[in-house]
Amino acid sequence: MSATILFTIISLSAIGATAAIILYFVAQKFKVYEDPRIDQVDEILPAANCGGCGYPGCRGFAEAMVKADDLSPFYCPVGGNETMAQVAEVLGKAVEAKDPQVAVVRCSGSPTHRERINSYDGASSCAISSSLYSGETGCQFGCLGLGDCVDVCDFDAIYIDKETGLPVVVDDNCTACGACVKACPNVIIELRKKNKKDRKIFVSCVNHDKGGVAKKACKVACIGCSKCVKVCPYDAITMDNFCAFIDANKCKLCRKCATECPTNAILEINFPPKKVKPANPAEGKETPKAESKETNNNEINKKEG
Amino acid sequence: MLKTFPKGGVHPAEGKYSANSAIEVLPLPKQVSIPIAQHIGAPSKPLVAKGDKVKVGDKIAESTGFVSANIHSSVSGTVVKVDNILDSTGYKRPCVIIGVEGDEWNESIDRSTGLKKEISLTDKEIINKINESGIVGLGGATFPSHVKLSIPDDKKIDVLIINGVECEPYLTSDHRLMIEKAEEMLVGIQILMKALGVNLALIGIENNKPDAIEHIKKLVKDYPGIEVHALKVQYPQGGEKQLIKALINREVPSGGLPLDVGAVVHNVGTAFAVYEAVQKNKPLFERVVTLTGKSVKKPSNFMVRIGTPTSDLIEAAGGLPEDTGKVINGGPMMGKALNSLDVPIVKGASGILIMPVELSQRKKEVNCIRCAKCVSVCAQGLEPYLLNRLAQLEKNDKLETDGVMDCIECGSCAYICPAGLPLLDYIRLGKSRVSQIIRSRKQ
Amino acid sequence: MNKLFISPSPHVYEDTTVKRLMFDVVIALLPALLFSVYFFGMGAIIVTLTAVVSCLAFEWLIQKYILKEEPSITDGSALVTGILLAFNIPTNLPIWIIIIGSLVAIGIGKMSFGGLGNNPFNPALVGRVFMLISFPVQMTSWPVPTGFNNSYTDAVTGATPLAVMKEGIGAGESVSAIMDKIPSHMELFYGYMGGSMGEIAAAALLLGLGWMLFRKVIKIHIPLSIFVTIAVFTGILWLVNPESNADPLFHLLTGGVMLGAIFMATDYVTSPMSVKGMWIFGIGIGIITVAIRVFGAYPEGISFAILIMNAFVPLINMYIKPKRFGEEVKNG
Repeated sequence: MSATILFTIISLSAIGATAAIILYFVAQKFKVYEDPRIDQVDEILPAANCGGCGYPGCRGFAEAMVKADDLSPFYCPVGGNETMAQVAEVLGKAVEAKDPQVAVVRCSGSPTHRERINSYDGASSCAISSSLYSGETGCQFGCLGLGDCVDVCDFDAIYIDKETGLPVVVDDNCTACGACVKACPNVIIELRKKNKKDRKIFVSCVNHDKGGVAKKACKVACIGCSKCVKVCPYDAITMDNFCAFIDANKCKLCRKCATECPTNAILEINFPPKKVKPANPAEGKETPKAESKETNNNEINKKEG
Repeated sequence: MLKTFPKGGVHPAEGKYSANSAIEVLPLPKQVSIPIAQHIGAPSKPLVAKGDKVKVGDKIAESTGFVSANIHSSVSGTVVKVDNILDSTGYKRPCVIIGVEGDEWNESIDRSTGLKKEISLTDKEIINKINESGIVGLGGATFPSHVKLSIPDDKKIDVLIINGVECEPYLTSDHRLMIEKAEEMLVGIQILMKALGVNLALIGIENNKPDAIEHIKKLVKDYPGIEVHALKVQYPQGGEKQLIKALINREVPSGGLPLDVGAVVHNVGTAFAVYEAVQKNKPLFERVVTLTGKSVKKPSNFMVRIGTPTSDLIEAAGGLPEDTGKVINGGPMMGKALNSLDVPIVKGASGILIMPVELSQRKKEVNCIRCAKCVSVCAQGLEPYLLNRLAQLEKNDKLETDGVMDCIECGSCAYICPAGLPLLDYIRLGKSRVSQIIRSRKQ
Repeated sequence: MNKLFISPSPHVYEDTTVKRLMFDVVIALLPALLFSVYFFGMGAIIVTLTAVVSCLAFEWLIQKYILKEEPSITDGSALVTGILLAFNIPTNLPIWIIIIGSLVAIGIGKMSFGGLGNNPFNPALVGRVFMLISFPVQMTSWPVPTGFNNSYTDAVTGATPLAVMKEGIGAGESVSAIMDKIPSHMELFYGYMGGSMGEIAAAALLLGLGWMLFRKVIKIHIPLSIFVTIAVFTGILWLVNPESNADPLFHLLTGGVMLGAIFMATDYVTSPMSVKGMWIFGIGIGIITVAIRVFGAYPEGISFAILIMNAFVPLINMYIKPKRFGEEVKNG
């Protein structure tokens, strides 16, 4: 009996030892040299693997940064400046601070503003719907509301508001990785500079139709009247094919354009109510509809965030 | 045993309500909107501007490349404007809008009704004429016909195949054409044979049109080299690859063209248009369109000028039924749902199908139970359940190796799926993504 | 005018639904159920009801309270699982064992993988094999078919023809001697033998197969390939030595071959997608079944065979593809 046990122990040990030796030599033979700094950088990165930097995952991004001489084309939108500074320290290179960004949805075409003139019955995907036709409304530029942006978001930073049927960005969760921007077939979502207290002024419309056509399809469409362009003291607003655009880098948040806009296509978000207007906390403008809706959304945002 | 293609296929309810309605000429509309992109390939360039007077058959937009087609005015009158109008693509596209005044035809068009059998043009002249007349594949694909007739030097064609299958349920425009314009069509086929330099033409007709088969069989004796074959009713037999397989048992290689197996396929409607263009000098500005549906009062076949609003056809067939839920441009398997009734009829529109509400909505989606019905009906031998999954996960490499580019988008998989899954929706999405990748790789 | 519906093509659908397919399977199972009730009496009814009700209940409870999704028990798949589970067990099995078996079948066999369409193994077989391993005594004491004279709890029990055969051969008896102890082939065809509830009546099961083929629920390939493989394999053994191997017809008619080949192996979710794959699957099941019956420890092996081949299905699906149109031309 004891001989059997002894034999078992010896034979198993022998097999183990042989295997260990083989493994050792194989490991030596196939050893790949890897810059140890890649691991260090990888450690610093947020490990979200969102692809927001343009590289396949955090590891790929780390490898690219370690190889590169200059860090200026690299930016991790999730970790932000803090992470980039740490990376720069490890690599002994300089990095400039970049403005943090946040995604904004440039469409306010809820059913109350933008009438549904047919009903889509295909697969629930914006990409499929947009390859088929111009959408449920008369506006062929706006949000299709099927949530491709929500599907690609890794950070729970965007959801479809049930009432408006439009995506809402949760500012606190948004890392500006840009996945939703790429997913949106109508390019409604834009990454804009993040202002303090999450204040935002932007044209919430991407309709390039002529004013009349646009207005007929959607009450809060930009009709290309150029009033905002004229009133802007900082030349931040440009008009492209009947649709205004506010350059976030030039905008000083003076809100003159928002007051001027006849269709309320320009939204002002997270501002205190204006003093000159009579006290009405939920709204600060002539036609309250769009504004109050937007304010509500932001309240929801706060709760969620 | 009737011929058919060997693998896959479905047989949806035929619903050919308008099979016995003779072709009627639709009254002239008040205004036409003629899109400048009615074909596969480069959009044409408009030649007219606001205020120009045009006659029927005048060229109003010019082809902008080899794979492109001329567009002719279908009415006489004044150009109102060139503007973006919602067309059957579901988007606003540039259209020439013409207000109709009278019906004055371009003098060069031979308006006599007699059959003209002698073909006086040479093969090169025929192809030029077809190109000049803006003829595109009228089966629905709208591929410019002169391209299909210009055979590269390294290819040898020995057979012309004429597609009279009309495998789409409901549609009857080709069926009526084969009965009422058979002689013209046969001369058209002879013209195409001359242009291609082949001595054999096979007409494939599905067996649910016995009157057409019999009629053409009688006539075809006077036309040497043309044969008629009855085919078993099986969708998607009208697909080029399936039809070639069914008729001459040759398999177009994956990613290849019918040219690769020595065949060229044209639709019967195209053959008729070729006859009119070559023998009567009449460019393509009207076509036969079926207007049908379960609740339509008077299912009809109309001879329609290109650019006529869909609503005109609906009025002529007894008005829009109360229970309309969906209006489809084309057949129920591959047609496109319209989001407006003002959409103009284009060259590729073989029918307008009006579906009642209860047939307009999709089945409720449930989990895939892996019943493999989609695999067994796929005429291309693909695995739709897998392609659907891969497309949803955006696995584009895998999609390509699993043959997504071979998909002919016939819709048999989504038709048969007991779980009501939108298989073709996602496969089509995957296909467009993969084709983009392939294109960018070539550059 | 109503709002127009817009969707990508196709715009028509065949009226088949998952629900209809499942209920066609239930209809196909009915003849066998009636035969079982005729042979086993009340026990058959009690066992079937218990299995069906507990399968439906567990599916509903799990979907509602654990997965927190819309319960989908009306699609009929749990009903089919319940009936098949009942078919796979003796009619005198204690109710509590059936309930545990149902929980395993639905909970572990199906729901833990994500519900209908995602389970790699046939749920009813998972339940059956679990019970067979956990309660071998109860699971292998089959009541003798005596109709309604059978009381549920203390029926007269006996061995199945397969077990008699196996024991006999093991004890060195000749096949012809054993054959005298068991029912004739004709009786086997009608189902007059001991065994699990639904597996006995080959005639009724073949009737079900006919119905499913007629309604295009399944294709013939899987059952046919299993039958052919078993017949060929056992046929060879029989021709080599007819005194120590039973004839092919005996193998086809006894045990769970009919039930397994017609209803268990053809389960959509756990069988291959391509025709070629189905043949491989069926041949594999046939070979393993005969191997277990002739060389293995158990008298019957089809449920193990199906489960083993279930495990190979993803592999078969990955490597056995249907022939693509135009593929050959490209290569040649």
